[in-house]
Amino acid sequence: MSILAHPFLQHAFLAGTLIAAACGVAGYFLVLRAQVFTGDALSHVAFTGALAALVAGIDLRLGLFAATIGVAAGIGLLGRRGRADDVVIGNVFAWILGLGVFFLTLFTTARSSSNGTAGTSVLFGSIFGLSARDAVVAAAVGGGIIVAMAAIARPLLFASVDESVAAARGVPVRLLGVGFLALVGAAAAEATQAVGALLLLGLLAAPAATALLLTARPYLGLVISAGLGVAEIWAGLALAYAAPSLPPSFAIIAVATAAYLAAYGGYRIRRGRRARRGKRSHLASSAADFRVTAAGARAGLSAPALPRRGPAQASRSAQASRSAPGGPARARHNGPMAGPAPQGAEPR
Amino acid sequence: MINPAFSWNIVDDIRTMWAYPFMVNAFRAGAVVAVVAGVMGWFMVLRRQTFAGHTLALSAFPGAAGATLIGIAASYGYFAFCTAAAAVIALATRGRAAGPGSSRVSESALTGIVQAFTLACGLLFVALYHGFLNGTTALLFGSFLGITSSQVALLAATAAAVLAILAAIGRPLLFASVDPDVAAARGVPARALSVAFLVLLGAAVAETAQITGALLVFALLVMPAAAAQRLTARPAVSLLLTVVIGFLVTWAGLTAAFYSPYPIGFWVTSFAFAVYLAAQAAPVLLRRARRPTFLAGAPA
Repeated sequence: MSILAHPFLQHAFLAGTLIAAACGVAGYFLVLRAQVFTGDALSHVAFTGALAALVAGIDLRLGLFAATIGVAAGIGLLGRRGRADDVVIGNVFAWILGLGVFFLTLFTTARSSSNGTAGTSVLFGSIFGLSARDAVVAAAVGGGIIVAMAAIARPLLFASVDESVAAARGVPVRLLGVGFLALVGAAAAEATQAVGALLLLGLLAAPAATALLLTARPYLGLVISAGLGVAEIWAGLALAYAAPSLPPSFAIIAVATAAYLAAYGGYRIRRGRRARRGKRSHLASSAADFRVTAAGARAGLSAPALPRRGPAQASRSAQASRSAPGGPARARHNGPMAGPAPQGAEPR
Repeated sequence: MINPAFSWNIVDDIRTMWAYPFMVNAFRAGAVVAVVAGVMGWFMVLRRQTFAGHTLALSAFPGAAGATLIGIAASYGYFAFCTAAAAVIALATRGRAAGPGSSRVSESALTGIVQAFTLACGLLFVALYHGFLNGTTALLFGSFLGITSSQVALLAATAAAVLAILAAIGRPLLFASVDPDVAAARGVPARALSVAFLVLLGAAVAETAQITGALLVFALLVMPAAAAQRLTARPAVSLLLTVVIGFLVTWAGLTAAFYSPYPIGFWVTSFAFAVYLAAQAAPVLLRRARRPTFLAGAPA
């Protein structure tokens, strides 16, 4: 393995592995809880935090972590039950990004032009530029995020798939939501060092969405998401090494996108086959938020506990989840329905 | 570089700025962009499609970078990438209305993946086109310098087209946005409307990005609309208010950027955010002021 003979690649692989695993775990819940837009917001906050730190002349990572964790926790506290409105999030992060431009101007005019690429490397990452120390710190923080996520995984999963029942059972839903977002903030700050502020959403969303397409079992999905993230970052690094004209961040995101496309294609083919077997009537009769896949119905798993449900269905699903001790069975609810799907809840 | 001082004599200031042809073009372009972004953003906020809008906004960056790489005018790249991204998102999500309560978990993930991938493409184009790094910042964060008259004419023509199409589909789109179920039951083609809207939004974003840069388009889309919708619930009034706010914010941002060393993106977002905060606070304050003050006489 001559590829691992270079110290910069060793550092990239060490940091990249744990960063990808942490992002895979955090991203899985992010996608499950329909909070991908929050991850998007954090990517822009990361840029501002890093540049503010550069302007202040302190360690870039300090600003990065302070900004992402602070804003993530703030978003969690703002919204009811730890979920803020997308429009509010959009307004806030658009302005924070404006502040980032301000810091970028301050930085580029105050320092000599030799450091003019700092803004670009914050935006698009420089995983090949990590020093041994950076890599060890990034790996340690990544490991910490994974351990913390594992510790809260069970109650968080419960709160994610059925918030009201979880709250009724005494799960601290709000605290979990805020704590989870803080962990996502930390993961976003980590990912910024690998693929940059603009591309970190790919590391958060792509492995998780792929895993959700591959399996409906939550813990298996969590492991697949983390594993996919690691495999994608390895493949991306190898690709960037083999073809030096490809930036590593592009290679990583391209591999992740390709993996998602493959999983999506496979999922559509499987769905199509199932539909041809005459299960369409069953699908059409169930409500949009209660899509039970034919396979799940056959296996007797009739409790599709999905996030984001109107109050009318909450009680029904409460009974369902009590009758099915296996918990959230199928969290699969994408792809087109035949005909206009009835909406679960009244918007606003 | 010019560095004139700002005086509080507004007329003189404007005369100073408008002595430069590029500033006149910048103000013209800013006005066009503010109107288009405001109107499209109003529907985007109403439909709660901020994430899709933001993703379209960001796909302006690879568009411009790719156009520069293959050596054509950046405008074509903007329009090609933004409308293509809009089509991908619209077709992949099959036009289901993205309101809270609809199951869109993997839709948002898909949008996120589209966003990350288009930005990664932008990075690739920049990397392949060596020596482009200084231009990257301008593409991302905008620049009002060097807008030509022909660019303004192109902007105005596209804006007219976008607004004309929007005017044609405006009524059913409003219906489908406010109540997708009832609209679908009445035979409004909600899915086709949703696709058409996203493609229009892509075109509007492609326009706006040429002035504000890819990263800050979103501010012009979301902030004036969010502020206006908070202030009034009447569609026509809030649409008008959105355009007015967007227009004022853009011109104020241009003026501030002209008279200060800081970039236009910072000023436009800051002014717009200030308006948004004021709009958030205003109804609360008004309600508090109107409340009967039967305890007013009591000692504090």
